[in-house]
Amino acid sequence: MDDALRELYQEVILDHSRHPRHFGALADATHRGEGYNPLCGDRVTVYLHLDDTNRIKDISFEGRGCAISQASASLMTDLVKGRTIDEAEQLMGGFLHLVKGESSDALENVDREKLEVMAGVSAFPMRVKCATLAWHTMKSALEGGKSAKTE
Amino acid sequence: MNVQLTKSLSFDVSAVRSQFEILAREVYGKPLVYLDSAASAQKPWAVLGAMTTFAETEYANVHRGVHYLSAKATRRYEDARETVRHFLNAAHADEIIFTKGGTEAINLVANSYLAPRIQPGDQIVLTTMEHHSNIVPWHFLRERQGAVLRWVDIGDDGALDADAVDAAIGPKTRLVAVAHMSNVLGTVAPLAEIVRRAHAKNVPVLADGGQGAVHRPVDVQDLDVDFYAFTGHKLYGPTGIGALYGKHAHLKSMRPFNGGGEMIAEVTRDKITYAEPPARFEAGTPPIIEAVGLATALDWLSSLDREAIADHERALLDHATSELEKLNWARIIGTAPGKGSILSFETTGMHAHDVATILDREGVAVRAGHHCAQPLMERFGVASTTRASFALYNTHAEVEALIGALHKAGKVLS
Repeated sequence: MDDALRELYQEVILDHSRHPRHFGALADATHRGEGYNPLCGDRVTVYLHLDDTNRIKDISFEGRGCAISQASASLMTDLVKGRTIDEAEQLMGGFLHLVKGESSDALENVDREKLEVMAGVSAFPMRVKCATLAWHTMKSALEGGKSAKTE
Repeated sequence: MNVQLTKSLSFDVSAVRSQFEILAREVYGKPLVYLDSAASAQKPWAVLGAMTTFAETEYANVHRGVHYLSAKATRRYEDARETVRHFLNAAHADEIIFTKGGTEAINLVANSYLAPRIQPGDQIVLTTMEHHSNIVPWHFLRERQGAVLRWVDIGDDGALDADAVDAAIGPKTRLVAVAHMSNVLGTVAPLAEIVRRAHAKNVPVLADGGQGAVHRPVDVQDLDVDFYAFTGHKLYGPTGIGALYGKHAHLKSMRPFNGGGEMIAEVTRDKITYAEPPARFEAGTPPIIEAVGLATALDWLSSLDREAIADHERALLDHATSELEKLNWARIIGTAPGKGSILSFETTGMHAHDVATILDREGVAVRAGHHCAQPLMERFGVASTTRASFALYNTHAEVEALIGALHKAGKVLS
């Protein structure tokens, strides 16, 4: 197997995709977003529970997709739980740079280390959308939630 | 078996392969194994060369100038129409309309033929194995004019039953739209029988020949089909061109879809009158170089033994099918009798995109996804499949490469 492929499908990724963390609906979700990748037909739903201070008290996802999208969603839930919306969005910004192979200083070192497993995606441009689906869905959940709250 | 072997010997795959420059290339340091011809076929040098030579020596706009080159180009363009007529065995060349592809051909029928005939509640019969190109234009008529889509389901093996189509045709049916061959399952529709049943109820039939025209000789008069749409790029021809066959009486009754140059008889400040078909439906400068390329591709294909090609493709399909059946984590979707050389499968515990990515790194190009056939994916309860499609230039060694790469995918992912 070539190095790029080994990097893409490393054990951490496969483990996350086989045993995704925070998988399933969140009963007391305050925000919810639907993500869809028309290229492959994959769907993901992201649930968030925000507390009064706009901190992500809990997060989960469900859906089906490729190993890359499932692993990325699983990693994301691990990483954003406990953060504020602003922190989560900054993390997302750094993640998007990472999977596109762009240099960025948006990520704290500790986050960079955890997300580094996804960096192999940058060698597979056709798969970047798989990696970013859950993150974009989280963002739309946060935005949709905001507008829903103002009603 | 011996008979089949003798027959396939009359088709020399290595001689054919040598006419496709791209098939000799490598990807990621591995020989290219191109199993995505159902999405788009590669083009032989005859086609590419004919387009270049035409552009270098005879090119000008058509039907306009009185000069030498315009006359030459017009002749080549109209010769191409005659070639398509011959390829489909249409009665008249003016029943052939050049379009930019199969999709545009179907949209032309939807807009120019069917839309003026649709009252709210009128029905369009289609099947669950259709490509989006033969679904979305009818959805437009549902959205805009209140047409009702009546879906005919296929069997669990992917076979389409003419009885089921017949049963769906009622007094309000205005058209039956059906794929000649499924781009996912390989299922070949019993088209002649469907046409016969539909005509018995005075309902016209449109066939989407995107795949069918590639793998089967088509005789529109024998089929008695009302409309037949196909595209050039799946037929070893260029992108940007396709054709619609329509019975003259239908075409004559249709208003144009696009307006512009070349499709009018007369334009004044107050009124317009339209040209006769096919010009009526070819507004603007058509894909002239592509028409020459398409005609060359059809001539090239017709110069080969198409029955031997069909045998060769069937042998590849049988080979791949029997190997795939040995993998307990792969499930073939579409096993209808007499199917064409398309092999779709679901991989348990592995997503089609992951499988296709690993195959790609082995040099094996397959399609993964919903194949623009989401109602079909829903029918089989899958989000996506992996699809290998076999064309005349594929070999048994490439089938082995596919299977070898699948074993690798299985090792990495499961």
